[in-house]
Amino acid sequence: MTEKYIIKQLSIFSENKAGKLAAIAKIFLDTGVSIQAFNIAEANNFGVVRAIVDKPEVAFNEFAKQNYALQYTDVLAIKMKDVPGGLYEVANLLGGLGINIEYAYAFRSGEYGALIVKVTNPREAALKIVEAGIELLPAKDYNF
Amino acid sequence: MAYYNEKIETMPKGELAKLQYQELKKLVTRLYDSSAFYHKKMDETGVKPADITSITDITKLPFMKKTDLRDNYPDGLVCVPHDDLVRYHVSSGTTGKPTVVAYTQNDIDLWSECVARSLVSCGIGKKDVLQVCYGYGLFTGGLGLHYGGEKVGATVIPASTGNSERQIELIQDLKTTVIACTPSYFVHLIDVAKKMGVDFKKDTLLRTAILGAEPWTDAMRRYIYAESGVTAHNIFGTSEISGPMFTDCSELNGMHICGDIAYTEIIDPKTGEQLPPGEKGELTITVLKKEAIPMIRYRIGDITSIIEGDCACGRTSPRIDRLQGRVDDMLIIRGINVFPSAIEHALLKNPYLTSHFMIEVSRTGPLDDMLVKVELKPDAMTDSITGLMEMQMRTERALRDALNVSAKIELCPPNSLPRFEGKAKRVIDHRVI
Ligand SMILES: [Zn+2]
Repeated sequence: MTEKYIIKQLSIFSENKAGKLAAIAKIFLDTGVSIQAFNIAEANNFGVVRAIVDKPEVAFNEFAKQNYALQYTDVLAIKMKDVPGGLYEVANLLGGLGINIEYAYAFRSGEYGALIVKVTNPREAALKIVEAGIELLPAKDYNF
Repeated sequence: MAYYNEKIETMPKGELAKLQYQELKKLVTRLYDSSAFYHKKMDETGVKPADITSITDITKLPFMKKTDLRDNYPDGLVCVPHDDLVRYHVSSGTTGKPTVVAYTQNDIDLWSECVARSLVSCGIGKKDVLQVCYGYGLFTGGLGLHYGGEKVGATVIPASTGNSERQIELIQDLKTTVIACTPSYFVHLIDVAKKMGVDFKKDTLLRTAILGAEPWTDAMRRYIYAESGVTAHNIFGTSEISGPMFTDCSELNGMHICGDIAYTEIIDPKTGEQLPPGEKGELTITVLKKEAIPMIRYRIGDITSIIEGDCACGRTSPRIDRLQGRVDDMLIIRGINVFPSAIEHALLKNPYLTSHFMIEVSRTGPLDDMLVKVELKPDAMTDSITGLMEMQMRTERALRDALNVSAKIELCPPNSLPRFEGKAKRVIDHRVI
């Protein structure tokens, strides 16, 4: 029952070099894939581009065809109230549920905001979160 | 255990050293008297034949290089009357003039005996049918294997190179048991046979391959055995020392360099110092009994090491490891000799990396910095930054262990580094020295 909340995020290996991000963005453009949420994590000389898109398979196949190193990562999207303290409320609740966040990034869509979280066991976490009465956004809203 | 010349091949090491000394003394004395080139060279070094009192005194003698042959083109180094020559071979130089090598009848006989000993050490004998798919002609490969094969009494097929389908037909029709060719050509033959519907394991008697003339790896040996059931032996030699001469024995653990024929040294390519067994350096060979163009302390230009310990086959001559790249490719990083091939070897042990890499060397202040860029395998991708950094650090540790000098690793996306056709140019040296 928590399966619908599992969002397939694309994690793409990239060099920390000018132009590399543009090259990645161009592939999304060329394949007609629209980006819902986006984040870049950087290390010394490389980065991982994380993207939530409407057609992950289409994008994945094209990136793979162009020899990118990439993988799917299961993440959750927690709805946040668009008011001061919205993030605090969510973070606090997750802490209370004993859910450890590996990384998170926020984005806004329409009248609400959402927090994308990568947790160790997303299915188990989704169940706990829903049972605690926090609203999770279903995958279909992102990965059509 | 079969030997071609048991007495010499299993001679106790002390006795062998004495024999080597006697041969070297004779050779140096003859050269000092008959070779204007070597006489001058010895005088410049300040060494006389009388200074050679044991085989270890060989280090007093000057080196020879390929340029010595090239500078004395075509026959300036020949030190026997021309009537005594029975053959020339010519190698096409990659740069400039070719090099010419000349042989007396004794030279040909000795070369053939050397190949014969090597073939017997691979388990080859009278019962075998040897298909020689090295080029016949100016190149030494074809004729070298041919004469050695005849000497052990095998039936030799002088197939030479090319026409792969015909080669496979010959293997089937003439019941070839041994093939001699380059490793890449044999891998190609495996593919051609498959396309022809020929299974080497079931449809042929081919069981042994003598592969050389280009670098190859143990991984290729395993691949060849799995695909064709053929045990592949490595053969080494260059035209300057006669031609193909030395193979690994049935133990498949290094190539025996027949001690009565050639004296093997590994030297530091920078200082010329002799290195102990196990240490990597430049292979240097003295052919003790060559008549027409003797080569003393000839610097082959290939990197390898002498394998320590005795071989289970009973042969007492030293063994050398696979050739691991050329001296010209050697880098000196913080005073330590580093070979790109050693870097490649260390990288290939990591399942998450491809074999594509580049080396960048620079200098900040007094210290050299080495950066190794290597491509990540697409399926090794992880979403975790710490996971990727862990791969990077693990590779850095592996390189430091293998090279004794530290290098920074940079993980790169697949397909982002240059691809090379032919000889790879993997080193970019930014140092201004
Ligand atoms: Zn042996």
